[in-house]
Amino acid sequence: MKTNQLLWIFVLIFAFSSCKEEVKENANVTTIVKDHKGQAAVELTEGEQPNALQVAASIPDFSTLVVAVKAAEVQDALVNAGPLTVFAPVNTAFDKLPEGTVASLLKPESKKTLAFILTNHVAPANYPLKQLKKEAKKGRKLYMASGKYLTVTYKDGKASVGGTEILKSVKVSNGWIHVIGDVLVPSDK
Amino acid sequence: MKIILKSIFLFVITATFLTSCAPSDKKNNKGAISGNAAEKVYVAPGELDSHYAFISGGFSGQLSVYGLPSGRLFRVIPVFSQDAEKGYGYSEETKPMLNTSHGFVPWGDSHHPDISQTNGSVDGRWVFINENNTPRIARISLETFETEEIIEIPNSAGNHSSSFVTENSEYVVAGTRFSVPFPQRDMPISEMKGNFSGALSFLKIDQETGHMNIDFQIKMPGFSYDLSHPGRGKSHGWFFFSTYNTEEANTLMEVNASQNDKDFIAAINWKKIEEYVANGGGKMQPANYAHNTWNDDTHTATSVMKKQVLVVEPKDVPGAIYFLPTAKSPHGCDVDPTGEYIIGNGKLAASMTVHSFSKMIKAIDDKAFDGDAYGIPILKFDAINYGMLNQPGLGPLHTEFDTRGNAYTTFFISSEVVKWNVEDLKVLDRHPVYYSVGHLMIPGGNSRTPDDKYLVAMNKITKDRYLPTGPEVTQSAQLFDISGEKLDLLLDFPTIGEPHYAAGIAAEKIMPKSKKIYRLDENKHAYGVQSEAETRVVRKGKEVHIYMTMIRSHFSPDNIEGVKVGDKVFFHVTNLEQDYDVPHGISMIGANTSELLVMPGRTATFTWEPKEVGVWPFYCTDFCSALHQEMQGYVRVSPRNSKAPISYTLDGDIPGEEEE
Repeated sequence: MKTNQLLWIFVLIFAFSSCKEEVKENANVTTIVKDHKGQAAVELTEGEQPNALQVAASIPDFSTLVVAVKAAEVQDALVNAGPLTVFAPVNTAFDKLPEGTVASLLKPESKKTLAFILTNHVAPANYPLKQLKKEAKKGRKLYMASGKYLTVTYKDGKASVGGTEILKSVKVSNGWIHVIGDVLVPSDK
Repeated sequence: MKIILKSIFLFVITATFLTSCAPSDKKNNKGAISGNAAEKVYVAPGELDSHYAFISGGFSGQLSVYGLPSGRLFRVIPVFSQDAEKGYGYSEETKPMLNTSHGFVPWGDSHHPDISQTNGSVDGRWVFINENNTPRIARISLETFETEEIIEIPNSAGNHSSSFVTENSEYVVAGTRFSVPFPQRDMPISEMKGNFSGALSFLKIDQETGHMNIDFQIKMPGFSYDLSHPGRGKSHGWFFFSTYNTEEANTLMEVNASQNDKDFIAAINWKKIEEYVANGGGKMQPANYAHNTWNDDTHTATSVMKKQVLVVEPKDVPGAIYFLPTAKSPHGCDVDPTGEYIIGNGKLAASMTVHSFSKMIKAIDDKAFDGDAYGIPILKFDAINYGMLNQPGLGPLHTEFDTRGNAYTTFFISSEVVKWNVEDLKVLDRHPVYYSVGHLMIPGGNSRTPDDKYLVAMNKITKDRYLPTGPEVTQSAQLFDISGEKLDLLLDFPTIGEPHYAAGIAAEKIMPKSKKIYRLDENKHAYGVQSEAETRVVRKGKEVHIYMTMIRSHFSPDNIEGVKVGDKVFFHVTNLEQDYDVPHGISMIGANTSELLVMPGRTATFTWEPKEVGVWPFYCTDFCSALHQEMQGYVRVSPRNSKAPISYTLDGDIPGEEEE
C-alpha cells in the first residue's frame, strides 16, 4: 500500500512537471495553446490511473528502460489505449548485456534495432498474472509487438516469460507491467 | 449621331456595370467580412477554443456544446429527448429522467439555456434549460456535462418564459406561454377570458447540490408570458416577464392577440414574495408533477411524483407585482448589466421600449398608476419610460449587452443585428444576418459582467447559405467580433435543431473541473461490481441478472448459458477502466433498446428479452482499443422447458474462481 502511495506521488510530480499550458492572447483571438508532444504528453489527473509509461517513468529502477524508450521514440505506443502488457526489465537487466551494448543501442543509427528489441517486451493484449498462468497451463504463446512469440511457464508458484522470472506485477490504466530481471533479446533481427 | 450613339453605348455600358455590380455586391455581403476574419476564428490543430457556447437544441430537445471562436461542435448533451447514442432515456438508470405526470415522454422542445451565477457573473456550475411542450426545467452539471435533474412545472402549458436565473442563483424561473384553467378543469374554451390563469413559478436552487424545488407559483392573469430576465445590481430582487395576448384571445391569435397597442412587462418583487411565503403566506394546492434526479454515486435516476404546490395570489401580496406598459407584444425582456434599463423588444412595434428601474421605483412610491389589470396596478407609461429607440429595424426580438453601455438587438423581419447605445438611444451600427435571426448571445450577456468579445446570432432560416440538403437547410449561428466599433461578421456555422437561445462562458471557468473518470471505489450502483472476480449471472424466476464488467479488451463473463426464451435478461455492465476518455459500449442482437455507452468507473443496465433459441452475440460498440474488434461474447438461449442451469465463464473458467 505504501509503495502504491509513493508511486502516486512520483506519478503526480511527473504529470505536473510535464504539463505546459498557456493562454495566448493577440489582437485577434484568444485561444488556449497547448504544447504538442503527442499522446505521451497528455497529463494525468488526480484519481485517474497512470498508464504504462507514466508508471515506468516514476520508478527509478526503470530509468534505463525509459531512456531507451525515448531514444527509440516509442513512448506514444506505451500510452496508447492498448491494451498492452509490458515486460519491463529493471536497470540491472541492461547491465547483464555484453559491455557497450546499451551505449551502442542508444546511438541514433541504432534506433530501429532498439525499437525492435523494445517491442519484443510488449504484448498487444491484456495479461494479468492470473491470465499468464493460464497461458502457461494451456500452452499458449504470447504474441509480442515485435512479431515474435514468447513462451510462458509456470512452476513452483512462479511465472516466467521468455525464460526470465516475473518479479512483480503492476496494474496500469492501459494494461499491465510485469517486472523482469533480463532483457528479452529477440532470437533474430 | 455618332455622339448620340456613343452616349447610348456609354449609358448601356454604365447601366450594365451598375446592374451587374449590384448582385455581385450583394454576394460580397458575405464579404462584408473583413480580410482577417479567417485568422480570427482559426483555432489551429491541437489548440483550444477560448469560450464554451451552450446552444439550445430547440425541437431536438437537447443542448449542444460548441467552441468559440471556431464554431466546432463538441457534444450534444441529451436533456429532454432520448439519445440512442448515449443510451440516455433507454438505459434502466436514465429512463426515470424522462418521467412526467403524463407518463414517459421521449421528446421535448428545449429553449433557453442559462448558466448559474455568483455575484452577478456566470460561474460555470450548472446550466439550466427549459422545455416548452411538457413544461419542465432541467439542470445540467458542467463537471459531467450530463443532465442531473428535471422538474416538471404544474399549472403551466408551454414553459417558454424560462429558465433564467437570479444573480446569485437563488431562483430559476418558469412562466407559462399558454394561460390555462388553474387547476385544470373541463370548461368551454370560449370562456377563457377572466377564467384562465398564467403561472409564474419560482424554483429555489440548493447551493450545494443544485437541486430545484418550486418555492411558489404566482397565479397571474391569463395572459401569455413570453420571456423573462432577472433584475441585477440595483434591481436585484426583481424579475421581469414580458407578456402578450393581454387581449386574452383564444383563437386566431396572430390577429386577435395583436389588438392592444401595448402589452405589459410584469415586474415581480420576488424578494418580497419569498419573505411572504417564508412567513407562511400562500396556499398549498393539490398538484401532480414529476421531480427526477440523477445520483452520481449510484449512477441511477429516481423519479418522485410531487403532490402539492404553494400558490400565491397577487392580491395577497400588495406592493410585489406591477405591470409596465410596453409596446406591442414584446418578446425579449432584457435587463442591462447595471440593472437600470429594462428593454422591451416589441416584436410588432415600430419602436423599442426602454424602461428605467429608478423611475419605476419612484412611480411605485408616487402611486403613478394607470388603473389596474385584475387588481395588479398598471404603472403610468410616462412615469417609468426612459425613452424609445425609434425605428431601429423590423421585428425586434432579443437584446444583449456589452460592458461599454451598448446593446445589441436582433431583428427577425429585417434580418439584422443592430448595435445601439442604451443611454443615448442612438443606433451605432447594423449588420445583416442570413436570415431571420431569433436570439443572440454574448457570453455572460445575461449578467452584470458580459464578455465584450463575441456575439453569436442564431438564425431560423438559411436558404442559400449552405449546401442544400433537401427541403430543409441547416439552421445556423453566425459569429461576430464586437470588440471594435463595428460589428464584424466572422463565421457561419450550423446548429442542431432550432437554436432558440444560448449561453456562453470563458473556457477557463469550466475546463479545470471537467470530470475525467468516475472512481470505481466510489461506485455505489446496486448492480455494480469492483472486479472481474465479482462478475456473475443470477436467475430470479424469469429474470436473469448479469453482473458484467468491461475492460480492454473483453467482457467478463463472455460465455453465458442457461438463458431461456421468455426470460428478461438484465445486463448490468460496469466499465472497470480508470483512464480518461475510455468509455466502452455494449449492445446485444435482438435487444429492443439502444446500446449502452458506459463511462470509466460507471455501471449501466439494458434489458433483452430473447424470443428465439440459439446462440446470440453481444459486442463492444465504442472503439476502445486495438483489440476492440475482439471484444465480444455469446449468450446461449434454450427453449422455455429446458432444464439447463445458468452457467457463465471467461476463457473456460468461472470468473473469480482460482483455477489450479
